[in-house]
Amino acid sequence: MGLTVTTFVVISVIKIVIALVVLLTAVAYTTWLERKLVGHIQNRWGPKRVGPFGLLQPLADGLKFIFKEDLTPPHVYKPLYIAAPILSLALALTSISLVPIGNWVEVGGVYTPIEITDVNIGLLIILGITSLGVYGIALAGWSSNSKYSLLGGLRASAQMVSYEIALGLSLVGVLIMSGSLNLREIVDMQGGHMWAWIPRWNIFRGQIVAFFVYLAAAFAETNRVPFDLPEAESELVAGYHTEYSSMKFAMFFMAEYANMITVASIATLLFLGGWHGPLFGPWWLQNILPVFWFALKVFGFIFLYIWVRGTLPRFRYDQLMAFGWKFLFPLAVANVLVTSLIVALQK
Amino acid sequence: MLQLVLFFVFGTIAVAAAVNLLAQRHPINSALSLVVVMASVAMLFLLMGAEFLAAIQVIVYAGAIMVLFVFVIMLLNAGEEERTAGSRVAKRLGFPAVVLLAGLLAWTLLTRNQHPATVELSGRFVGSPVAIAQLIFRDFLLPFEVTSVLILVAIMGAVVLASPAGTTTGRGSPEQPPAKREE
Amino acid sequence: MVPVSYYLVLSAILFALGVVGFLIKRNLITLFMSIELMLNAVNLAFVAFAWQWKSLNGQVFVFFVMVVAAAEAAVGLAIIIAVFRTRETLNVDRVNLLKL
Repeated sequence: MGLTVTTFVVISVIKIVIALVVLLTAVAYTTWLERKLVGHIQNRWGPKRVGPFGLLQPLADGLKFIFKEDLTPPHVYKPLYIAAPILSLALALTSISLVPIGNWVEVGGVYTPIEITDVNIGLLIILGITSLGVYGIALAGWSSNSKYSLLGGLRASAQMVSYEIALGLSLVGVLIMSGSLNLREIVDMQGGHMWAWIPRWNIFRGQIVAFFVYLAAAFAETNRVPFDLPEAESELVAGYHTEYSSMKFAMFFMAEYANMITVASIATLLFLGGWHGPLFGPWWLQNILPVFWFALKVFGFIFLYIWVRGTLPRFRYDQLMAFGWKFLFPLAVANVLVTSLIVALQK
Repeated sequence: MLQLVLFFVFGTIAVAAAVNLLAQRHPINSALSLVVVMASVAMLFLLMGAEFLAAIQVIVYAGAIMVLFVFVIMLLNAGEEERTAGSRVAKRLGFPAVVLLAGLLAWTLLTRNQHPATVELSGRFVGSPVAIAQLIFRDFLLPFEVTSVLILVAIMGAVVLASPAGTTTGRGSPEQPPAKREE
Repeated sequence: MVPVSYYLVLSAILFALGVVGFLIKRNLITLFMSIELMLNAVNLAFVAFAWQWKSLNGQVFVFFVMVVAAAEAAVGLAIIIAVFRTRETLNVDRVNLLKL
């Protein structure tokens, strides 16, 4: 493309800043969305006083977290106690750097893709970051030196490690059909239509079982209902973040929602066709529309997350582990087998 | 040039974390130092073009095996090491031993390896997943299938060894009949 | 460009640190971690040689080493748990009699 080193660095820095700002705002407004939606499901209003429709509620929450007393209990193992939320949040924010959001655009004479980096093994790196996310929770639970935290931390880590397998395997079906680990190439193969009006998204091309396995595994990976036993209040006080207050708790909170957004982005890239959608209008609209379709699909996925949260009761822990190992894992393996058979027979 | 700088950065991080692993008394600190070593080795793999191996190193080694170590340390509540007589002797002989062993290996490698490619790494040599998959599933298919049996054996062994003494079904299984009451 | 011998010397240093860790540490789990450090050093040497000879066989071998290390870590930690259950100590100096 003829980019010099300085141009590349400047563009990358701009993209990183934009991505971080957008991601953190998205995290804040996902909390607003959750409170509104769960409120409406439970036949009540949700936040409506702070600003129109309660839209300034995340701002009020952020201010509250900053002003709360930052208490460090005396019995904790300090180095890990402080490092655990930092690790969680850092890993949750890193995965956004591998997610492509739109097509190549030309901005001010520079031709660049709308993503921070384009790596050939992008999907594997995202799975690696998810694997490392277990450390934040395990270390938080252990370093807090309290029985609720330790139990919550151990349960959450065991659950995340178990469902990682089903998560990874459910993506293998898509990889077999696409033949590449590069996220941009996987999305490019979902462009166009088949049978005239059904888009060629992977979910319509036979990966519907994989989509549901991915959905269930993603709920478990992000510790959300119906798999949120490690954080359940009636069960474990607050699980692994019992002893955390103020900004450190806010970091765990943000890390959980950032993980939700990352998981939703992966689902749209691999199953829902990424940024493909109807394109119309002048050239500047044509550049913005893919990003809009991507955001719409991610929003739909998060809506599903919150909807399930308001609706389903939570699993007991042994039911949870049995579901992950005895049902999801064989189902994901069966999906891989069937997909590879079909792809091999088609060649 | 940039590769040399990156090599020295990640090499220094790896050696510093390995020394920290030896110097720390609490096993959890050693475990986390080992995670840092594995992450920097993954970066070094990336520098040498082994991208698939770098990702697998992070996912399997740093993200699963070391989590297992951290779990065991948390479950057994392993405390700090005690200072026994054996450990003091071991420490006094230990550090000269490191220097001796490392020096011997380094001298052998540097003087005996006379291939011209040792002088500079050139060209683009990438271990992409496609290339490695072609090797694993064609030339090395038998070892690949044998490793799957190996993992199965390891799973069974670990479950049997770690289950509570006297039973493999565990005392907490929900299918057990309730205790009989004296009437 | 980085000569291959630099990578090999780094691998030698890590391996030596792992050997010494295995010999001087008294905690069973730290001992085990020194073994993992040695395996990592060996993996680094394999990948360096794969680069030197431009052959991917070295990288495939690293893949198998990782699988074996995973299996060995699982079984070894299970043994450590069993030892802890009976002896109630993780200090190797105390696990020196066949009978409790």
